[in-house]
Amino acid sequence: MGGNFPRGRTAIAGYATYGMGEAPGHSSLEIAAQASLRAVADAGLNMADIDGLFICLPDDFFAGMSLAEYFGLSPRFTDNNRTGGSSFMCHMITAAMMIDAGYIDTALIAYGSNQRTNSGKLASAFRPNAWDLPYRPLFPVSPYALAAARHMHDYGTTREHMAAVAVAARQWANTNPEAFAKGPLSIEDCLAARMVSSPISVRDCCLVTDGGAAIVMTRTDRARGLHPKPVPLLGAAAATWWNSIAQAADVTTTSAAESGPRAYAAAGLGPQDMDVVQLYDAFTINTILFLEDLGFCPKGEGGRFVADGHIAPGGSLPVNTNGGGLSCCHPGMYGLFAIIEAARQIRGEAANQMPDVHVALAHGNGGTLSSQATVILGSLATI
Amino acid sequence: MSNPAMATLPEGPEATWRKALAEGRLLLQRAKGSGTVFFPPRWAEPGTGETDLEWIEAAGLGTVYSVTVINQKPPQLPYHVALIDLDEGARLMSRVDGVPAEQVHIGMRVCARIITEQDAPLLVFEPIGEKG
Repeated sequence: MGGNFPRGRTAIAGYATYGMGEAPGHSSLEIAAQASLRAVADAGLNMADIDGLFICLPDDFFAGMSLAEYFGLSPRFTDNNRTGGSSFMCHMITAAMMIDAGYIDTALIAYGSNQRTNSGKLASAFRPNAWDLPYRPLFPVSPYALAAARHMHDYGTTREHMAAVAVAARQWANTNPEAFAKGPLSIEDCLAARMVSSPISVRDCCLVTDGGAAIVMTRTDRARGLHPKPVPLLGAAAATWWNSIAQAADVTTTSAAESGPRAYAAAGLGPQDMDVVQLYDAFTINTILFLEDLGFCPKGEGGRFVADGHIAPGGSLPVNTNGGGLSCCHPGMYGLFAIIEAARQIRGEAANQMPDVHVALAHGNGGTLSSQATVILGSLATI
Repeated sequence: MSNPAMATLPEGPEATWRKALAEGRLLLQRAKGSGTVFFPPRWAEPGTGETDLEWIEAAGLGTVYSVTVINQKPPQLPYHVALIDLDEGARLMSRVDGVPAEQVHIGMRVCARIITEQDAPLLVFEPIGEKG
């Protein structure tokens, strides 16, 4: 089931974030470029070493060509994969395969968005399809709300359970200097928040921030000579079961139930082996669904698992230790920030550093629960 | 001067469906082999690629599978979006007219109605078997 994934043979050699929260006076490309410069420097490389370019920007369908031009690069391969917020996990899969096959040596995976200071609204070219559009679903929140409403109906999940996701995220954010949303947040605050698309209130929704991120990947044997703590990629997998939520056979089970097991198989590990977990929390229901689909609790139990305090600081499973998309940052596509928080935990550089982290999972979501991609990172001790 | 090959192209399934809707008929596609009924219309059965398909006229009866109520700035009233499971087996996004948004609920039995909205035919549903 793991296929021929090159377990541990490629690694993150460097990473950086830039302009988290607000980055006034920057274009999205400039935010991505600054993150890229810093990630390449962190890897001990020069920009000229990059021969594979992977990027997704909110406002530029040809972002790969734009970034190549910006840095004067002539990459052997350029990828603008747009599976929404999971794009960057997908980029890592492609980059790992290409590096291991020898087609490229060094991949730069980058993202930047100025959506907060530019417009203050979600910057996206993403629309309902022609079949759904006449009914005016709020995009992207209403499809997630339809999944949440059915999860409540089928499993007894409550708004209090969803609020517990937001409260846990805020508790992690409160001790992360990079996090945008800080301050007290109670279950009662969440329950009293303005309803957007029931059962999702504003406190169930991710932030609208600016922010950029970049990672550099290369062969693990090469990365060992570049950075004292490269972060090997142990396993990864992507899965897509639908685009419109109306086409989901069961809106309470996402294709994370496929991407997770395939990523675990590639890594030779299971959910019980994960020291920290970063889940793409565009909405509070995401965390609940992905905890279930990735095997951290049984299907239907995600809400009670969170309400029991498991994912908050001091709980049994550290989840979204940076504060997540709900309280750290969400510039429109969050995937690369989940990856970097996982890598930081392994390098020992996270703001909320957990002890003895050797394996970290980062899960990406794109569209309306449509694209799911899971990556499992390890320390050098795991290969 | 037209390409003679083009004249032989059949109409796309979406156009067929929209023409029927404009005539007041709700069509669905059924794969002859498996009997699976699906929506939206396609050239092939999802999951199998089977192209031996037929059009059937839906009875229009269905059940609300999920629903979300969307708040708007007052004085605009809340509205809702629902996922409807048709009895034939297909699921689609739509809405239930004739009741306040807050009263549309999972499990509610509904019946299709084709209305005109923004100068185009639109498939909506109405409650049946219970008072609004």
